[in-house]
Amino acid sequence: MELASDPFMLSRIQFAANITFHILFPTITIALGWVLVFFKWRYNRTGDTTWMDAYFFWVKIFALTFALGVVSGITMSFQFGTNWSGFMERVGNIAGPLLAYEIVTAFFLEAVFLGIMLFGFRRVPGWAHTGATVLVAVGTTMSAFWILVLNSWMHTPAGFEMRDGVAHVTSWWEVIFNPSMPYRLVHMLLASGLTVAFVLAGVSAIRWLIGDRGAEMRKTFRTGTIMGAALIPLQIYAGDLHGLNTLEHQPAKVAAMEGNWETRSHVPLLLFALPDEEARENRFEIGIPSGASLILEHSASGVVPGLNDFVAADGTVEHPPVAPVFWSFRIMVGTGMAMLLMSWAAVFLMRRGRGMEGLPRPMVWAFVPMAFSGWIATLAGWYTTEIGRQPWLVHGVLTTREAISDVPPAFVLSTLLAYLAVYVLLLVAYLGVVLFLARRAAQASAPDFPDPAPVKTRPATSPVQTVPGE
Amino acid sequence: MPDFLGDPTVTLPVIFAALMGLSILIYVVLDGFDLGVGLLTPFGDAPQKDRMVASIGPFWDANETWLVMAVGLLLVAFPVAHGAILTALYLPVAVMLIGLILRGVAFEFRAKVPAPRKPLWNMAFFAGSLMTALSQGYMLGFYIMGLEHTLAAHLFSVLTGLALTAGFAFIGACWLILKTEGALQLSSIRWAQRSLVGVVLGLGAVSLATPLVSQRIWERWFTVPEFFLLAPLPLMSLAVIVALWLVLRRMHEMPDTLAWLPFAGASLLYILAFTGLAYSFYPFVVPDRMTIYDAAAAPESLLIILVGVLVVLPIIAGYSALAYYIFRGKAEDLRYD
Repeated sequence: MELASDPFMLSRIQFAANITFHILFPTITIALGWVLVFFKWRYNRTGDTTWMDAYFFWVKIFALTFALGVVSGITMSFQFGTNWSGFMERVGNIAGPLLAYEIVTAFFLEAVFLGIMLFGFRRVPGWAHTGATVLVAVGTTMSAFWILVLNSWMHTPAGFEMRDGVAHVTSWWEVIFNPSMPYRLVHMLLASGLTVAFVLAGVSAIRWLIGDRGAEMRKTFRTGTIMGAALIPLQIYAGDLHGLNTLEHQPAKVAAMEGNWETRSHVPLLLFALPDEEARENRFEIGIPSGASLILEHSASGVVPGLNDFVAADGTVEHPPVAPVFWSFRIMVGTGMAMLLMSWAAVFLMRRGRGMEGLPRPMVWAFVPMAFSGWIATLAGWYTTEIGRQPWLVHGVLTTREAISDVPPAFVLSTLLAYLAVYVLLLVAYLGVVLFLARRAAQASAPDFPDPAPVKTRPATSPVQTVPGE
Repeated sequence: MPDFLGDPTVTLPVIFAALMGLSILIYVVLDGFDLGVGLLTPFGDAPQKDRMVASIGPFWDANETWLVMAVGLLLVAFPVAHGAILTALYLPVAVMLIGLILRGVAFEFRAKVPAPRKPLWNMAFFAGSLMTALSQGYMLGFYIMGLEHTLAAHLFSVLTGLALTAGFAFIGACWLILKTEGALQLSSIRWAQRSLVGVVLGLGAVSLATPLVSQRIWERWFTVPEFFLLAPLPLMSLAVIVALWLVLRRMHEMPDTLAWLPFAGASLLYILAFTGLAYSFYPFVVPDRMTIYDAAAAPESLLIILVGVLVVLPIIAGYSALAYYIFRGKAEDLRYD
C-alpha cells in the first residue's frame, strides 16, 4: 500500500484525526459553559430549583466533555513537535507566544476553577460557585480566542517579516488582529453556540420520547430551540462575511468552494457537481445561474476567480484539492439550513405557552439526529477552510510538506492506528454515557415511568438495559 | 529590549530554562501524586477506590496543565529542541498520550457509567496511570542517555521507567496518608513503605548508572571543585529517605496533625533529585547536542511571553492555592450538588 509508506500523508491523516476528534468537545464546552452560567443565573434570580436541576444534569455532561477536550488537546500540543517540527522551527516566534498565552490565560483558569465548579457547591458560598462557573466559561472562551488567533494567522499571516527563513514579529497587534481573525472567531463561537443549542434540544427530545415530561427537560428544550433560532441567522450573516473575507485573501479556496474552474462573470451557484481534477471540469452540474456571482460580488456580472488561475506555468497545481472543499462546504451550508428550519419551526409551534405538546411527534424525533448537526456543520466548515488552505500550512509562507518531521512511516502508521482505536472507543463511550444520563434523568423525573427499577440495583451480571419496554 | 536583562540572547534562555524546569518539577510532584494514586487503586476495595479517586478529583486537571505548560515552554522558548526531542521520543510520547487520555476520561466515565461497567473504567484508570508513569520514566532515561538508539540506552530507560513508577506510587501513597483516614490511611502507610523500597532501589540504580553512561555527567560529578558543590544533594537525599523511613514506621501511632509529613518529605526528595538532574544537564536542552542558547526562539518573542508569564504565574499560583484550600482536609465523596 502506497499510503502506508508515505509519512507525509500519514502524518496529515493523524493530525486530521486528532484535531477532528478534539474539536468535537471544545465546540460543546465553549458554549455549554455559558449555558450553565445562564441556568445558574436563572436559579439565582428566580429561586426555581428546576433551573438548578438543569444545571446539575448538564454540568455532568460538561465535566465529561471537558475531560475529553483536555486529554485530546494535550495530544494536539505534542503533535506539533512529534510530526510537524518544521512548523515551530519556521513560525515558532509567532505561534509560540500565542500558544503560551492560551496556556497561561485560559488553561489554568478553566482547569483550576473546574474543580470548584464541579465539586465545590457545598464548600463555597453561592456567589463563589457562580463565580467559578463564570470563570470556567471565560477560560474556555479565552482558549478559543488564542487558538483562533493562531489559526487565522496561518490563513492570513500579517505583522511579521522573514529573516533567514524564520518568521520574526514586527507588530503583535497585526499578528493578533490579522485580517481573518474577527470573522473566524465570531464564526466559531456562533458554531459552538449552535452546536450546544441543538445538543440541548436533542437530548431533551430523547427524554421527551421516553416519557419524561418534567419541567427541567422542558426548560432545556426551550433554551435550546430559542438559542438555535436566535443564533442561526447571525451565523448565516457571519458566514457570508467570512466568505467575502476569504475571497479577498485566499481566492483559490473560494474557487474550490464554488467549484469554479475559469475566472469569469455570471458564475452559477452550484447545488450539485462532481468536480473532476483530471479533466479540470465539473460533471453533472446543477446550479442557480449567476448565483455565486451574486453572493460573492453582489452582482450577476461579478467576476469570480477560477481554479485555473492557480496553476503554475510548469503545470504545478497551487490550489487545494477541489472535491473535498466543494463538498464540505455544501454539507456545512445544508446543515445550517436544516438548523434554521428546525429551530424556527419549533419556536413557532411552541408559541404562546403551547410548549412541547405543540410539536408533532415526528418533529420531536427529528430533533434527536439534529443533536449531531452542530458537530457535522462545524467539522464540515473546518474541513472547508483547512483543506482549502492547502498546499500551504501558513498561507504564502510555509507549505505543509516543508513542515513534516523526519519520522519513520511505520511509527506514524502504528500511532495513527492506536489513536484511531482509542478515539472510536471513546466516542462510543461518550455517546453511551450521555444517553445513559438522559435515561436516568428521565426515570428520576417521571413517577409513573414504565420501568421503575432503578439502574443501580440491577445485578452486575445482567446486560445494561434501561430503556423502558425493551 | 529593557537594559536590566543584560544580553537578552543569554539572559532570556536562562530565564526560560528556569521556568521550564520549575514547571516540570511542579508537574512531577503534583501529577506525580495523582498518577501514583491511580497506580494504587487496584489495591483498594470498591469504596476505597472511590475515596482514592475523590482525593484527587478536584485537582488532577490543573495538575496536568503543568505538563502542557512545560511542553508549551519547550515549544515556544526552544522550538528547535522541541522538534528534536519529541521526534526522538515519538513512540513513548504516543504511549504516554494514550495513557493520559485513558486516565483522564476514566475519571469521568467511572463515575457516570452504569454500575456493571465501572470495573472496566477502574481498570482503564489504572492502566492509563501505569502507561503514563512508565513512559515518562522511559523518556527521562532515554533523555539522560542522549536520545541515542542503543541497546544500553533502551535498557537504562526501562530501568528509569520502573524507578519513576515506584516514585509516583510513593508520593501517591503519601498523598493518601494526608487525605484519608482509618483503614485506607493504614493501607496507604504500608503502600508508602513498600514503594519507598522501590524508590531507593530506583534512585540508587539511576544515580550509579547515570555517570557511567554519560562521559560528560561523569566529569560534572567527579571533578573538583564540582564534586564538593554537588555532594550536599546525595547526602540530603539520603537523610530525607532515612527520615521518611523512620516516620513511616511510626506513622500509625502519630497524631493525624502530622499526616502531612510523608508528603512533604516525598516532595523534598523530588526537588533534590530534580535539582541533581538539572545540574547534570545545564546548559544543554538536548543532551550533548544543543544548548539552551542554540535552541532559543527570538528575544522579542521570548520577551512578550515572559511578560505574560510573570503577570499570570502569581495569579495561577494564587487560585491554585485557593483550590487546595477549598478542598483541604480529608477527602469526601465527590458530589456535584
